Amino acid sequence: MRFTMAAVLLGFTATAWAADVGEVKVARGAAHLERGAERLPVRVGMPVQQADKLVTGADGTVGVTFTDNSLLSVGPNSVLAIDQYVFDSTTHAGKFDSTLSKGTLAVISGKIVKQSPDAMHVRTPSAIMGVRGTEFIVKVD
Amino acid sequence: MGVLVVAAAIGLALFLMRPATNETVVVLPGPDGKVGTVVVQRGETRQVLDQPYAASRTGEAEVARLSDAEVRENFGATLQALPARPTAFMLHFITGTDELTPESKAELQNVLAALKDRPLPDVLVIGHTDTVGDAAGNDRLSAQRAETVKGFLVDIGIPAGRIRTAGRGERELLIPTADDVDEPRNRRVEINVR
Repeated sequence: MRFTMAAVLLGFTATAWAADVGEVKVARGAAHLERGAERLPVRVGMPVQQADKLVTGADGTVGVTFTDNSLLSVGPNSVLAIDQYVFDSTTHAGKFDSTLSKGTLAVISGKIVKQSPDAMHVRTPSAIMGVRGTEFIVKVD
Repeated sequence: MGVLVVAAAIGLALFLMRPATNETVVVLPGPDGKVGTVVVQRGETRQVLDQPYAASRTGEAEVARLSDAEVRENFGATLQALPARPTAFMLHFITGTDELTPESKAELQNVLAALKDRPLPDVLVIGHTDTVGDAAGNDRLSAQRAETVKGFLVDIGIPAGRIRTAGRGERELLIPTADDVDEPRNRRVEINVR
């Protein structure tokens, strides 16, 4: 029993450490983050995790800096899901997949793409984008 | 009657075949004017965007070009929400000390000005030495240099909890030298901010 508790605690600590993949640096207007069944108001300094979904209202914008130095921002009336994010800070190997179901997105790619072009993809309802570098914007009406 | 059915069927077919969404993807030039590449795969169509303001749009076979004004109109608020770009600075020290060189003292003011208004900065400060002196002493000196610079950052209001420091001793020479070489460019602290 004691062993199980220790394993659970260790597992939890490891998960919490690995789970934060980015941080909200800019937050204006109405925006929330869906994490599992939770619905959290977005505020500056909030950690972002894999599988989070960012949702903005009519006056909402949010900017996030990721651990590989990727920068993402969403405009008003947007829904962006962080589908997969893996980054090894030693080798810079990783994978970054996200889906914009509606609204606007701006991206400045980071070390993951620099290390492995094609390791970053953005999906929209009709397309999939392979990112081989730097800066682009996406709009889904 | 038959005509109406056919018309309705065509209408329904067109309705079902329409793209579900209107989508636009645009690549932008970076601050240095360079443009990256984004490959857009939409069904069987594949478009490569590698020119400034090259745009891929649903229902258009050709790559379009957006004007700067169109980008600002459609994406202004979004681009404004992008966090500040990660950046790095370097400061140099007088030999054997954690005291900045006169040039770096002046540069420090630029660094502090650049960091002061950055919301919620994450800072990594890494100290280094040249190869004069023994390795253990240089480990201590490099850590002390990093701590000294951290102190400057804390003084302008950056929370200490957001600043990590490391001392790398003489392990990561910027200018490779033999042992016991006085090399000013190796006596440095790197400040990485995001």
